[in-house]
Amino acid sequence: MPTPAATADRTSTLKDGIRAAWPICLGYVPIGLAFGVLAQKAGLSPLAIGLMSVLVFAGSSQFIAVAMLEAGSGIAAIVATVFTVNLRHLLMSSAISVCLKGLRRRWLALFAYGITDESFALNLVRFREGNWDWKRALTVNHVTNAFWVVSTMIGGLGGTFIPAHAFGIDYALMAMFLCLLVYQLRGRLYVVTGLIAGIAAVALSLAIPGNSYIVAASVIAATAGLYIRRRYPKIGQAKGQA
Amino acid sequence: MISQDYLFLCLGMGLVTYVPRWVPLFALSQRTLPRWLEEWLDLIPVAILSALILPSLVTAGEPRQLSLWNIDLLVAVPVLLFALRTRSLGGTVVLGMALYWLAGKFLG
Repeated sequence: MPTPAATADRTSTLKDGIRAAWPICLGYVPIGLAFGVLAQKAGLSPLAIGLMSVLVFAGSSQFIAVAMLEAGSGIAAIVATVFTVNLRHLLMSSAISVCLKGLRRRWLALFAYGITDESFALNLVRFREGNWDWKRALTVNHVTNAFWVVSTMIGGLGGTFIPAHAFGIDYALMAMFLCLLVYQLRGRLYVVTGLIAGIAAVALSLAIPGNSYIVAASVIAATAGLYIRRRYPKIGQAKGQA
Repeated sequence: MISQDYLFLCLGMGLVTYVPRWVPLFALSQRTLPRWLEEWLDLIPVAILSALILPSLVTAGEPRQLSLWNIDLLVAVPVLLFALRTRSLGGTVVLGMALYWLAGKFLG
């Protein structure tokens, strides 16, 4: 029998996780619906769409896969493309591993499933602020996952129950990312690193198709930032850090 | 109906998506990292966020081209200032949506 204290603890974990996850959920609805509508037009049933959303849970990869399916690409070509699209998760998973030190391997295996651009950025900020643990982070991962799966399936039913572009909902994720970026600016070095990454990303995105510019620009900027931290220790000091 | 081919496609996509999410967690969270790597990883979040945000604000089209006059970028300026000032995630999201909606109505 769980003690009342344990139950209360579990409830607050769930509540905190859900409360933190709402901007992502809101942002997933229009994207999920749009994906579902597109997939349905490509001939996929709502069940097939749900299967892909559950097994893959990666928005941009799923859009690309459906476009390639419609163009008649083979399985191997689609899988190879998805692999390159998702290489940026290597960096996110590496960065968030610092927050999950010593967590048991089976929980890590479950946590890995839910690492997206959105959950990564949100959870990382919460871990830094404190009052956050892997259970709350895992709740964010799975609540947002549920929203994704359900919205893609509803889109697949052909119904966009929310009219397109209603209430500026398309901007929810961009606004969230902008605020999470602000949270990351914890000193001059972080501002400089962010600027280098942004400028490099724009330049690379104009020069090469696909989304490999995300990984390339992030690696370039973090490496440059590390160099600056070593070379000019004064710039490298983070606010509120020992 | 879900065909066998489609099932294999989803499984393959799932595998190549899951592995890059899992390998670093598995490899890095059980050990103490060298200091340079910790410092490098500490800079990754700001770098990734910036690399995700900026191109989607200032480029458009396929192939991508520079586009410095668009609603997304226009709205981003007050939203960013609001976030800097209030540090409120919920407020920033609501303001961003409201401004984007209004901008679409009046400028779009």
